[in-house]
Amino acid sequence: MLLYTCRRLVSAVLTVFLSAVLVFAAVQLLPGDVATQVLGQDATPEAVAALRDQMDLNRPAAVRFLDWIAGAVRGDFGISPVSGEPVADLLWPHLRNTMLIAVSTVAVAVTSSVVLGVVAGLYRDRWPDTLISALTLIGMSIPEFVMATLLVLLLSITVPVLPAVVLDEATAPVADLLPAVVLPTIALSVVMTAYIVRMTRTSVIDVMASEFVTTARLKGLSTPRVVVRHALPSALLPTLNVIAMNVAWLVGGVAVVENVFNYPGIGQLMLESVHNRDLPVLQAIAVISALVYVLCNLAADLGAMALNPRLRTGGGSRR
Amino acid sequence: MSESNRNSPSTPNRATAHPAGRSMRALLRSRTACVGLGLVLLHLAVAALAPLLTSASPTANVPDDALLGPGSDHWLGTDALGRDVLTRVLYGGQYALAVSFAATACAVALGTVLGCATALKGGRTDGALMRVLDAVLAIPPILALLVVVTVLGAGPLVIVLAVTLVYTPQVVRVVRAAALGVAPLDYVTAARARGERTLPILLREVLPNIVHVVAVEFAMRASWVVLLISSLSFLGFGADPPTPDWGLMISENRTAMVVLPWATLAPIIALATLVVGLNLSADGLSRLWNVDRSEEAS
Repeated sequence: MLLYTCRRLVSAVLTVFLSAVLVFAAVQLLPGDVATQVLGQDATPEAVAALRDQMDLNRPAAVRFLDWIAGAVRGDFGISPVSGEPVADLLWPHLRNTMLIAVSTVAVAVTSSVVLGVVAGLYRDRWPDTLISALTLIGMSIPEFVMATLLVLLLSITVPVLPAVVLDEATAPVADLLPAVVLPTIALSVVMTAYIVRMTRTSVIDVMASEFVTTARLKGLSTPRVVVRHALPSALLPTLNVIAMNVAWLVGGVAVVENVFNYPGIGQLMLESVHNRDLPVLQAIAVISALVYVLCNLAADLGAMALNPRLRTGGGSRR
Repeated sequence: MSESNRNSPSTPNRATAHPAGRSMRALLRSRTACVGLGLVLLHLAVAALAPLLTSASPTANVPDDALLGPGSDHWLGTDALGRDVLTRVLYGGQYALAVSFAATACAVALGTVLGCATALKGGRTDGALMRVLDAVLAIPPILALLVVVTVLGAGPLVIVLAVTLVYTPQVVRVVRAAALGVAPLDYVTAARARGERTLPILLREVLPNIVHVVAVEFAMRASWVVLLISSLSFLGFGADPPTPDWGLMISENRTAMVVLPWATLAPIIALATLVVGLNLSADGLSRLWNVDRSEEAS
């Protein structure tokens, strides 16, 4: 148990480090000089040289990488050459705002997908299952920006209850941003739910056909008790992984949806940085996304281990 | 490779696994697969035959006809630049389909080769490759795409390259898992015992037995790629403005959505039916060939 946890931790750290290497390599080593990239093609040679100096580009890439990663560990991602501010100062408020959407989306999507998946699995091939499967297919097939656009049409224009566009600064207090969180959360939840439901349904069907569920039924337990106490914990195991995988998608999905609502989150910062060619900011966002992804997968793996006695190998530290 | 090996028993479980060996009848019996493949073929046909289906130009501006509602001249109305919406929707699939299929084909081909090779090789090479791929997987696709587009500039070729880069690791995971199931089987051991090299084993023994997995993966992956590329166009990094493209049309026309709903709804419907078609194909084919899709979480 302890050994497995340690091995998993080491491999998580290694994965994040490798991602950082890849991101750094993609940004710094691809054809074209970073200083020219930032300033654009028609910058004067003097300006390029000055920026090269400021960004320390004259030192070897490996040294710069080690410097950068050492700073990143302490939360210092360097200085944005576009705005002149420290990257971290730009990053944290946007990250906080995106977390508002991400956390509420995960909460809504996980709850609704577990409920819908269990219903679909229990009513296999009958009308509730057919209905849920059809809705799932539609949810999977409509891009999140379309979902967001349709929601704006429905809930901001036809029935004006929620704001279609956010005008707040990134540093606005959380309370001011809350109304703006609702629509992006709905748009992202619909798509995320669609993917998780499929997995939950399949694993509910598998578990309900298993011997221990039959035993529980034969003992004379009521169906709700069999489902909630016996089947659900096992059925949710494979779902944990799918949820973790979906978080990686969420980081990308958030970017597009934030753009529709002009919401001041990490996605908006990402697109701004792409437009301004602000590479240090992009680099920082990529590494933080990778970190979030790896942490979620780690949590899912450790959670699955805690829930599944068969995965607790090596030592009897826990029964 | 010697001639005698041509007749080696490479596909013993043909009945359950070999798609090409199965008759079209099985395919036609699966309603899901039929509807899905039908939708995809319909979209391909419309994109290819667009110039025959409409005489209007998808890019010519006619300021006098701007923002018209649906009528006999313009069935779905016109957009802010006076371009016929229906014409642009019919042409709109060309960019999305061409770029998506090229990118999916590259990612699936590269992923299949890498996945099979790493499964056969095993050991340290396999471990190292999977580590690197895990690291690539940790970066969100749209962000990776945007970084590549920022550094190399937008353009269909760059997008194909970037999508290949982003989605190959996922294909490798799926194909590797399938190949690992085949690798310990007797006919692979026999080929190894005959002293065959890795490449011929891969092409003759392993690949024919996982073709069905690759086919399902292709349909599934294509649906993701279509969504990703339309998102990119919507954000303004995909198709360039006069090009008729669904993602671009949605972003151009959504400000006028209340006045002219069809200008936005028509490309949405076109895009959604294409993705529904791809998803149904993947569902139908995987049920038909009993492909386990638990590896395809994302």
